[in-house]
Amino acid sequence: MSTPILQARGLTRVFRVGGFGNRGELHAVDDADFVINESEIVALVGESGSGKSTIARLLAQVYTPSSGEILFEGTPLPQLRSRHDQMRYRAAVPMVFQDPFSSLNPSYRVSHGILRGLKLHRPDLDAAARRAEAERVTEAVGLSPASEMLEKYPYEMSGGQRQRIGFAQALAYRPKVILADEPVSMLDISIRIGLLNVMATLRDEEHVSLLYITHDIASARYVADRMMVMYAGRVVESGPVEEVLQEPQHPYTELLVAAVPDPRTKLTMTAKQAAGEPPKVVNPKPGCRFADRCPLVREVCRHVTPPLLELQPGHEVACHVAAENAGRAAESMEAAA
Amino acid sequence: MSVSNAKASATASESATPSDGSSGAPLLEVRGLSVVYETSSGTVTAVDNVDLTVHRGEFVAVVGESGCGKSTMLFGIAQLLMSPARISSGEVIFRGDNLVTMNDKELAPVRWRNLSVVMQSAMNALNPVRRIGAQYADTMKAHGVKSKATIRARSEEVLALVGIDKIHLESYPHQLSGGMRQRAMIAMALLFAPELIIMDEPTSALDVVAQRSLMLQIKELQQQLGFAVLFVTHDMSLVSHFSDRLLVMYAAQEVEFGETRTVFDDPKHPYSEGLLDAFPSIRGPKVPLVGIPGSPPALSAMPTGCRFEPRCPLAYADCKVVEPELYKVDDVLARCLLYSPDHRPKEHAGPIDPTAKESEL
Repeated sequence: MSTPILQARGLTRVFRVGGFGNRGELHAVDDADFVINESEIVALVGESGSGKSTIARLLAQVYTPSSGEILFEGTPLPQLRSRHDQMRYRAAVPMVFQDPFSSLNPSYRVSHGILRGLKLHRPDLDAAARRAEAERVTEAVGLSPASEMLEKYPYEMSGGQRQRIGFAQALAYRPKVILADEPVSMLDISIRIGLLNVMATLRDEEHVSLLYITHDIASARYVADRMMVMYAGRVVESGPVEEVLQEPQHPYTELLVAAVPDPRTKLTMTAKQAAGEPPKVVNPKPGCRFADRCPLVREVCRHVTPPLLELQPGHEVACHVAAENAGRAAESMEAAA
Repeated sequence: MSVSNAKASATASESATPSDGSSGAPLLEVRGLSVVYETSSGTVTAVDNVDLTVHRGEFVAVVGESGCGKSTMLFGIAQLLMSPARISSGEVIFRGDNLVTMNDKELAPVRWRNLSVVMQSAMNALNPVRRIGAQYADTMKAHGVKSKATIRARSEEVLALVGIDKIHLESYPHQLSGGMRQRAMIAMALLFAPELIIMDEPTSALDVVAQRSLMLQIKELQQQLGFAVLFVTHDMSLVSHFSDRLLVMYAAQEVEFGETRTVFDDPKHPYSEGLLDAFPSIRGPKVPLVGIPGSPPALSAMPTGCRFEPRCPLAYADCKVVEPELYKVDDVLARCLLYSPDHRPKEHAGPIDPTAKESEL
């Protein structure tokens, strides 16, 4: 297999919390392993506080990992020291933000951000070529006529159009992976689909990969190829999106899927099942973090952290019970020892 | 006037008894309600001539995109509008009294006792520097409950109803999680066991699992205590399993109103249909979706004719000039010229062909 564009190995980020007397370590992301390959959309789903955005920020180098490493095309990030390498990484892994109303500078035309990015990251282009490229990426995200759209100020655009500009900016850098942190959650339902379709177009026509961070599982299914589910800082399940949703192996994924409101199906969930909340992971002890809410909990779950095991090809699960069902209980339970 | 209930006994549970013999009439009847904002550039109509009824024990949901006027309508019903917004016409008949013509003094006994409101963000609606219990006590004292023991007992009772330990009466809002804060707000709305609870997107700040858990709880409480709910949300799929009737709003107007299941199974208005088609499903075959092109009109620049016409895949010439009324189609009301006896397009003389939509796109 070819080298993945981005790979995380044992990625961990710990924040110090509390002050005098009750100091603690909040494990926002704990021991995450994943890859992002070429031309694929990977959905990262989970509840708020599960560490989704921390992963995006680690990949964008806003935070540095507490332990573990990120590899870009096989090279660990700390080795990308020179300005040239850093610029190349930042252009290859741009970010699109959640709030299209505050992520564009209100006092400049929307072309400003795109042209600035082009000037910085693609110095080979002259002014006319930059203009042409800006128009090309604007068309690529479905804004036309591009020459008119680029002359607008953010306030003249709707939320959906602004978010498309966000994607156009990212696309101008000729990215490998766009980190999209809840890119559609601030938009109205009728407009969301249009943006999801833009993301699919970027993958299919521009061959860009996307890390699509969301809590909207139905939209993740609509657009993504693979899905990673996070719970309390840990990746609990990851695999092809259909497999994960139709045959969830981890009880948390099952809960998450059951909670999605779907007018086309019958209500299957009871209030009792839905009760409980994800724990705050301060100074965690070993054990499964879902144990307190899990209907299948065993004694071992409270002491041994289940590792992420590939139970089916390409489908990884971190659950002792699922491992046992797949005949790999021993591996799951001793891994931590 | 409506202050008859002011004499009601101090115990909260007694005020829950339905008022005199109005069993046949709806609990809440909104007739031709219009709300306008007076702005420096003129008057804009944020809620345009809305009719709505809520019966006892019923769950009515109002859905629409941001800026369609759904929250403004709710505030208009609850008489919570503040300048520059004001009710320009219409009546809000609640338990036989017109709330619009009542002043604050007359409204005070109705609020909390008969009608309570749960706001979108509990973090902003609760006082951050006072304990939950103290805030409950304030509400009860304002309505003449003096006994500390009664206050304490009722506070514990309502917290238990929403599944929160009574220990949290001593908690400050920031010590509760988002889901618990919302439930504490709902508990507060239940203090006097009102007949109607108005909810403005109470779950939109929550995660899917917490959201689902709260909705199930609201529904359970409703069945147990028998109050009616008027529920506003932008997420149509959220209420699909919970509401009895559904009102769809678009650009300040009511565009469809009917039984929830009927609207979901067979939406009559192209906007409702477009909204439903905009939801990807998590089961079944994956189908490419289109959403609704364009965005809703600005309230200050309404298109002539049908307000949905610029985005409507089924629009025809008349839509630009004739303003549709609410027409009765089977069991629902829909504001679309397709159902108008005088302006139906000729090719739609028979039953409307749903496949026309794809071909015209």
